[in-house]
Amino acid sequence: MAALQQKAKEQIVEICRKYKDEPTPLMVILSEVQTEYGYIPLEVQEVISEETHIPVAEIYGVVTFYSFFSLKPKGKYVIGVCLGTACYVKGSQAIIDKFCDLLKIQPGETTEDGLFTISALRCIGACSLAPACSINGKVYPTLTVDKVQGIIDEYKKEASV
Amino acid sequence: MEKKMINIKIEGQSYQVEDGLTILEAAKRCGYNIPSLCEYNKGECSKASCRVCLVEATGARGLVASCVYPVSEGMEIKISSPKAVKARRTSVELLLSNHNMNCQQCVKNGNCELLHVANITGARENAFKGVKTETTLDILGPGIMRDTSKCILCGRCIERCKKAQGIGILGFEKRGFNTIVAPAGNRSFAQAPCLQCGQCTLVCPTGALTEVSEIPLIDKAFMEGKKVIVQTAPAVRAAIAEEFGDPIGTVGTGKMAAALRRLGFYRVYDTNFGADLTIMEEANELLHRIKNGGVLPQITSCSPGWINYLEFYYPEVIPNVSTCKSPHEMMGAVIKSYWAERNGIDPKDIFVVSVMPCTAKKTEEVRPQLSHNGLRDVDAVLTTRELARLIKRSGINWDMLPEEDFDPDLLGDYTGAAVIFGATGGVMEAALRTAYFALTSKELNPVDFLPVRGLQGVKEASVDINGIIVKVAVASGMANAKKLLDDIKAGKSEYHFIEIMCCPGGCINGGGQPYVKPVFLNKEGMDILDTYREKRASVLYKEDKGRPIRQSHNNPQIKKLYEDYFKEPLSEKSEELLHTHYKARERYPEI
Repeated sequence: MAALQQKAKEQIVEICRKYKDEPTPLMVILSEVQTEYGYIPLEVQEVISEETHIPVAEIYGVVTFYSFFSLKPKGKYVIGVCLGTACYVKGSQAIIDKFCDLLKIQPGETTEDGLFTISALRCIGACSLAPACSINGKVYPTLTVDKVQGIIDEYKKEASV
Repeated sequence: MEKKMINIKIEGQSYQVEDGLTILEAAKRCGYNIPSLCEYNKGECSKASCRVCLVEATGARGLVASCVYPVSEGMEIKISSPKAVKARRTSVELLLSNHNMNCQQCVKNGNCELLHVANITGARENAFKGVKTETTLDILGPGIMRDTSKCILCGRCIERCKKAQGIGILGFEKRGFNTIVAPAGNRSFAQAPCLQCGQCTLVCPTGALTEVSEIPLIDKAFMEGKKVIVQTAPAVRAAIAEEFGDPIGTVGTGKMAAALRRLGFYRVYDTNFGADLTIMEEANELLHRIKNGGVLPQITSCSPGWINYLEFYYPEVIPNVSTCKSPHEMMGAVIKSYWAERNGIDPKDIFVVSVMPCTAKKTEEVRPQLSHNGLRDVDAVLTTRELARLIKRSGINWDMLPEEDFDPDLLGDYTGAAVIFGATGGVMEAALRTAYFALTSKELNPVDFLPVRGLQGVKEASVDINGIIVKVAVASGMANAKKLLDDIKAGKSEYHFIEIMCCPGGCINGGGQPYVKPVFLNKEGMDILDTYREKRASVLYKEDKGRPIRQSHNNPQIKKLYEDYFKEPLSEKSEELLHTHYKARERYPEI
C-alpha cells in the first residue's frame, strides 16, 4: 500500500482522537475525513482501524454502503443528478445520460482532468423543481437536455480563470 | 442461582423452560428442531438475516425469527402452521435464488446446511428466477478460498474471525443486492492480513469458504513415480474417525495408519517424531536464552496461523519467537537429508505430504525460508477433511480397517510428549518435561503437568527447576494471545516461556478439522458444540498416558539422530536444517 504522507497520517489520527469518546465514532470520523480530503482510500481506513480498533473490513463496508463516502478522489465539481421519483418521471435519466455523453464518463466516475464527477442521487428534496441536479451544492431546476452543455461550459470557464 | 422457569406451549403442548431462552433454543429442549441455518450458538450470527427459522408466536406481530426472539410466560408457538411452513420455505427459496447450485461439484456436499434446510423445508427448484449478484472466486489461497456465488450473507465467518482471532478480516461490502462478504476491497486472502487459520471454514454453512485442496498435487506426484512419504499431525488422529461416522472423541491412530498404507504411500510416518525433535531444539533454545541473557519470554513457533499473526500484527515481537521450524517442517527436512542419505535416495525423488488439522500449514509450506538446496521441506499439505476425501475416494471401508502402526524405521518412534502437541498447553508441557531433565538430570515428576491443560483461553503456571522459577503462559486464539503480546511489547511481560496456538483449544480445533455441525450429528449430545474440543483433546492425553516413553529426550531414534547426524541441539547442522526466521509483512500490499 502506498505510504501515506506522515503529515496526512497525523491529521487523520487527530480526527480519530477527537471523536474517541463518541459511542459510535466511525460515522463522524468518516464524515470528517471525507469532507476534509474528498475521499477515503484503503490506506486511510487502515489508520482509522489502528486508532479505533474497528476492523478494516468493517470500515470498508461502511464506506461502500453510503454513497456519501468515496474510495477515489472526486472531481472539483460533483454533478449530482437526481433520479428520485419526481425527477425520474420528468425525464432525469435523459439528463444524466447527456452529462455522461458529453463528459465521456459513467455515473460514479471522474473525468481525467479531475474536473467533474457524475453521481446519481436519489431525491435531493427539490421535487417541485424537477428534473433537477445539484453541483457542489448549487441546485439547477427544471432541466432539459439542451441546457446540459451550457452548464458544463459554465464550470469549465470558471475552472480556467 | 436457579434459573426462573416459565410456561410456554408449542404445537398446543405445555412445557416449562428457562426464562431468557430464544424460541429456537427452547423448542430444541422440548424436542422440536425448528428448521434453521444456525448452530444454536449465541453470537455466531447476530444478524438474524437468513429468516429461515420463522415461526408463529403469540404476542408477536407477524412471524418471528426464532433464533433471536425470546420466549415469554404464556407464549404459544406454532412451528407447523401452514403460514410458518410456507414462510420458511420461501425464505430458503429466496436464498437459493441467488445461489450457485453446483452441488455435485461442491466439497461441502454432505456437510451443507443450506442443502439440508432446502431439503427439509421442501424448497422448490428455481422458485424465483432473475439476475444474480456479481460474484468473486478467490483461489489464490494458498490456505483458504472464497466463492461468493455460494455465500448466503449470514455473517458467521465475520463473527468467528472477530471472536476467535480478534481480527475481523471479513466484512459486508457494498449494499443491497450487490452485497458480498469479503476482506476489505474484495481482496484475495493472499493479499490481505488474513491468518488463513480456517476458523471461518468451520462455521460457513455452505461451500463459500473452504480449504484450497492439494489432492491434485499428490495425484501428480504419484503419477510421476515419486516416492511419496506421508506424515500425520497428532490432532488428525483425534478427529479423522468423525468423518466416517464414529463419535467425537474416537481414537483414529491405528486405522488412519492402515488407510495411509493402503493409499500407496512409500512410508507412513507420524509428525510426532518431528515434534520430539522440535522439543529437543526448542527446550534447549529456551535454556540457552535463560542462561545467556537472551530475549525472553521465548514464544513457541509451531502454529503457522500464529506466525502469520506475528508477521502482520506484532513484528516487534519477532525476536521473542523460537527459531525452530514447526514439527512437520523439521520432519520434512530430516526426511530429505538424513533419511534420504541413509536410504540412498535422491531427495529430488521424494515428495513429502503432511496431513494436518490446519489450513494455515498450506501457507507455511510455501515459505521460501522452509526449503533447502532449492527443495521444499514439505511438498503438499492435506487437511484432515481432505485425507478423509482421499480415503473415501479410494473405496476404503474405514470400519473394516485393522489397527496398524506407523512405519518403524529411522523416524518411526514417538513419545507421549509429542502426541499432546495437538492440544493447547501440550507443547508447553512437552517442553517442560525436557527442559527440566536438561537442567536437573532428573525427570519431571509427576510427568503430567496439569496446570497447562484445559481449554481456557489463557493459562499460567510456574515450575521450580533447580532453583530457577520458570514462569510460563499458554494462550490459544489470537484474541486471547493479544494481551500477552501487548505486555511483551510494553516490556512488562514476566514470563520465560509462552505457548501460542492460533486456533481456540489448539490444533484439535484447527481450521482443517472435520466440521462439527449439530444438524448432522444426531447421535451427539445437545451440548456437542461446547464439548467436542475436550473430547478430541482427551484422545491425545489418553495416548500420551499409554506411550511407553513420555519424554522427547528419551526417544531412542531421536538420540540416534543426534548421535549420527546433528551431534547436539542447536548445532551448526541443526541450525541449518531445523531453524528458520520471520519477517514483518505488509498488511495490504499494493496490487
